[in-house]
Amino acid sequence: MEDRPFSDNSFQQFLNEEKLMGSRCKICRELFVPPRPFCPKCNNTKMEWVPIKGIGKLSAFTSIFVGPPYMVKEGYDRKHPYIAGVIELEEGPKVDARIEGIDANKPELIKIGTPLAATYLHRGEGAEKKTYLAFKPE
Amino acid sequence: MRKRHKLARGVAVVGAGMSKFGIYKDRNSKDFFVEAFQDMRTSVDKGFDPKDIEALYIGNFTNDFFVHQAHWGPILSDLIGHTPKPATRTEGACASSALSFREGVFAIASGFYDIVLVGGVEDMSKRTTEEVTEGLAMASISYEREAGFTFPGVFGALATAYFHQYGANREHLMNVTIKSHNNAPLNPRAQYNMTIREIMNAKIEKCKAKGESVSPWTTEKEFLSDPVANPVVAWPMHLFDCCPISDGASCMLLVAEDIARNFTDKPLYVAGIGQGSGRGLHAADSLTYFEATRYAAKEAYEMSGLKPEDIQFAEVHDCFSIAEIIHIEDIGFFKPGEGYKAVAEGHTRLDGSKPINTSGGLKCKGHPVGATGVGQLYEIWKQLRGEAGARQIPNKNLRVGATQNLGGTGGTCTMTILERR
Repeated sequence: MEDRPFSDNSFQQFLNEEKLMGSRCKICRELFVPPRPFCPKCNNTKMEWVPIKGIGKLSAFTSIFVGPPYMVKEGYDRKHPYIAGVIELEEGPKVDARIEGIDANKPELIKIGTPLAATYLHRGEGAEKKTYLAFKPE
Repeated sequence: MRKRHKLARGVAVVGAGMSKFGIYKDRNSKDFFVEAFQDMRTSVDKGFDPKDIEALYIGNFTNDFFVHQAHWGPILSDLIGHTPKPATRTEGACASSALSFREGVFAIASGFYDIVLVGGVEDMSKRTTEEVTEGLAMASISYEREAGFTFPGVFGALATAYFHQYGANREHLMNVTIKSHNNAPLNPRAQYNMTIREIMNAKIEKCKAKGESVSPWTTEKEFLSDPVANPVVAWPMHLFDCCPISDGASCMLLVAEDIARNFTDKPLYVAGIGQGSGRGLHAADSLTYFEATRYAAKEAYEMSGLKPEDIQFAEVHDCFSIAEIIHIEDIGFFKPGEGYKAVAEGHTRLDGSKPINTSGGLKCKGHPVGATGVGQLYEIWKQLRGEAGARQIPNKNLRVGATQNLGGTGGTCTMTILERR
């Protein structure tokens, strides 16, 4: 269905189109999100693109009060923290993503296992325009 | 059956040195390395001629970014008069000098060299905290950075997974911090030299002196629970869960086992070395252990023929408090999910059954990232030779110690076992 290479670049292009995509090994059927060009399980490059539903639950998270300069540029600081998390997808694999729609100032209330759905954050302008994968409560 | 790893010939440590870790705005990597090198020279009991060093292996993570200077091998080689003999830089993020140690061991074990110098250096204090955070995050993987993860953030996330799985909480992390701060004042090379109680009392006195209202802390945990005294960095990692930014260097003199007694009557022997590599958070086997550490430990134990119960003490990579709990489980000292209980019961204290981070750990001794791996081994050297002074482990028959070093978000992990014979 898709002939894009199974690369980080393609993964990002799909995100820009608000699609979450993984690669599946045609031999052993293992699913990888983000995509891998090479199946480390059965050592081959026979992959196919698989659309991911974008439904999952929170496996781990942090609320970051001291961020790197690129997050500070987006307006986050000690008074405006943000959440980053690891989400276990319904299809099995886990992904790293930003977490939206939950109060980062009250991390003690956030529960592991919270059901989440994918959303896409379009940030920056012109050449710096980029889409980031995020999840928010369903 | 898999072949048991072994060295083609034995390797001994006959000298060790480190600079006093800390923040030095007016000194650079060359200054730190000379301090460590001179310290190492005086530690070689029977003396040696630096001209006899045949090769240099030096760990450095990110001076390229911090001070815009890469290629530290030849710079430090020239500094100590080692040119034109070979100098090689190793990079494995915060495990960079554990890798230099390992390369030095292999160089001797292969028979190619008899005497090599290994060490590490890092100069981190010339940048803002945000820039250091960004520089260190170069060792994470791109998907983690895109999600906004920092290093404290990654370990914060691991802590939430660990808490959820095993029922631990922030108070258990505080036990690690309090223990490290209790050891640190006993180590003259440590960056911080106050216990949590001393820090708390000093703040109270300061408030009194200024005539401000005094916070009603009576215990260390009350102090650490106060969000003003101990602000959150990346939940649940707070300031006192995180190691500091540090400058420093460390080095060790390695020689072939058969000539070790020419240098000292108290050499230490390399009993086991192991190294593993790991995947990012999203692809990891688990969010409550490091597969790379478990692999490194397996290699080191197999090579040494030793078991976790044979290792009497260890320095582990406590870049964040939760990491210490996970590492002592991964190297087999405690079962998965039992590490936090062992800390709470005092087993990891200086006078406990399994002392951990008697140096004060990365948390208090400091963490100049490229220097840390050999800096940890320096503590094993001091303890096994009975030269640790006020922090000497009260066990008259101390023979075997180990280090566990971690780079990135678990991408490079090592375990090294040294023994006295």
